[in-house]
Amino acid sequence: MKAFLRALVQSRGGLFGILILMLLVAGALLAPTLGLPDPVRGDLRARMAPPTWTGLFAPGAHPLGTDQLGRDILSRIVYGSRITLTIGAYAVVLGGIVGVMLGIVAGYCGGITDRLLMRLVDIQLAIPLMLLALLVVAALGPSLTNLVIVLALTSWIRYARIIRGQVLALREREFVQSARTIGASTAQIMLRHILPNVMTPALVVATLELARIIIMDAALSFLGLGVQPPAASWGRMLAEGRVYISTAWWVVTFPGLAIMLTVLSVNLLGDWLRDYFDPRLRT
Amino acid sequence: MIRYVIGKLGEAIVAVWGVVTIVFFVTRLLGDPAALLLPVGASAEQLDAFRAALGLDQPLWQQYLSFLAQAVQGDFGQSFVFNRPAITVVLERMPATITLAVTAMVFGVLIGGGAGAIAATQRGKFAEFAVMTLALLGQATPVFWLGIMLILFFAVDLGWLPTGGYGSLAHLVLPAFTLAVFVSASIARLLRSSLLDSMKEDYVRTAQAKGLPPGQVFVWHALRNALIPVVTMVGILSGELLGGSVVTETVFAWPGVGRLIVQAIESKDFPVVQAGVAVIATVYVSINFLVDLLYGVLDPRIRRKGQ
Repeated sequence: MKAFLRALVQSRGGLFGILILMLLVAGALLAPTLGLPDPVRGDLRARMAPPTWTGLFAPGAHPLGTDQLGRDILSRIVYGSRITLTIGAYAVVLGGIVGVMLGIVAGYCGGITDRLLMRLVDIQLAIPLMLLALLVVAALGPSLTNLVIVLALTSWIRYARIIRGQVLALREREFVQSARTIGASTAQIMLRHILPNVMTPALVVATLELARIIIMDAALSFLGLGVQPPAASWGRMLAEGRVYISTAWWVVTFPGLAIMLTVLSVNLLGDWLRDYFDPRLRT
Repeated sequence: MIRYVIGKLGEAIVAVWGVVTIVFFVTRLLGDPAALLLPVGASAEQLDAFRAALGLDQPLWQQYLSFLAQAVQGDFGQSFVFNRPAITVVLERMPATITLAVTAMVFGVLIGGGAGAIAATQRGKFAEFAVMTLALLGQATPVFWLGIMLILFFAVDLGWLPTGGYGSLAHLVLPAFTLAVFVSASIARLLRSSLLDSMKEDYVRTAQAKGLPPGQVFVWHALRNALIPVVTMVGILSGELLGGSVVTETVFAWPGVGRLIVQAIESKDFPVVQAGVAVIATVYVSINFLVDLLYGVLDPRIRRKGQ
């Protein structure tokens, strides 16, 4: 653990990623205590106020400007991060659990089970993920739960493929074979012996998937299929701000920068984790 | 080799069948088109007659079988909205989508491939740092936001290019560039790391020891082998470009298949949704089938394994 932390601090990208990410999570958790203006109820007298940097801590200051309803953009970005990070975390965990389980089953059992699961992966890969997500959200209706389900659905295949490959190699290792000889059941071997050994690659995939999920979530809310208004979500802020692009550049610029910074830091952390643990996991 | 080709062809057909099946059942969950398409005051008899005319009154499995039988012949039924065969509506939009996808792919591969090769050969120099930073930023930028920013700068502020629409070369520049950024960022990172791996291989050292000129070693030994993962990536990205540029097409009001499908989902135009997804999946699966064949050419080991 000590060596891990030392390597993390010494890497430029990994450190930058984890610091920004910690800042974002802290901002999301502490949002109500930061003294930000209400993210939903705007000040109609201050509609479309441009960013101001004088008197930053004075009441009524809008460091990133306000939108068409006079809502503070900074506040909406901070509150929006709560939604983005919550959806991202749930989707990554749900997709990860399903993907890892199916990956282990496919890799360990082999044969017809493996072939069926891999055909299923191929079929899903043949529908562009964005179209699949759109279709399913349209069918189930846009809600927080459904968004998580859809994003997890687009995500499980990445885990399944990589974990399966890992399990194929693990299956032939001595400790698995000796467990089998002393009469351990298949379920026992999968849970006790295989699962702990695929947690690291799963963690690496999870980090890289989180970045993809955040962008896809923003794209879905951009198309109006995400969290419903008036809640602040980054994608919806972009969609609303797009209308005022010629008069108020700040409305559409800052939420995009927030997405970019989040994805960049998650990616940097994920790249570093992958290189640290196993550079062969590149896909 | 023939067994390898037939095996891959079988997998491709199964994948398309699977996609069409999934889409059939998911579209049934979208809602009742009769309630949406008939005027509000329509009587129960009118609704029933409408459903019967569309075959929506039959049991689901019967609908599915007749759907499959017709889909094989390229018949996805009449579009509820356009009152023309759904497949025609979709195919009319294909040229726009293909133009955008191919332009973006060509520029993305050229820019990304060049940048990736520079980064790998200029190890530890400023060029590598610059390429990798730009690639990381490119991967982190949501394409639709990049599109909006480009519109803000080149169309609103400078007024050089149109904000959106279709028809001339000027309309193509911004959407194609937006997608090319996304493609080139992925390609640059992948080619760099796979070149770094292949330049360490024994066959490269052997080629150098033979006294071949460095340029020849790089192109014929290092680059050729490093291209294999890049070819896979191009196959995957082409699928994302064909169907996944939904958002880019929306931002730039580009009349492609992606935007058509989004509109069809909103108006519950089942036949168009089904035809659109089926066409995109077929194109995508065909591209990846070709990619698999190309592997055999690039990497003789795969060819032999299939025998």
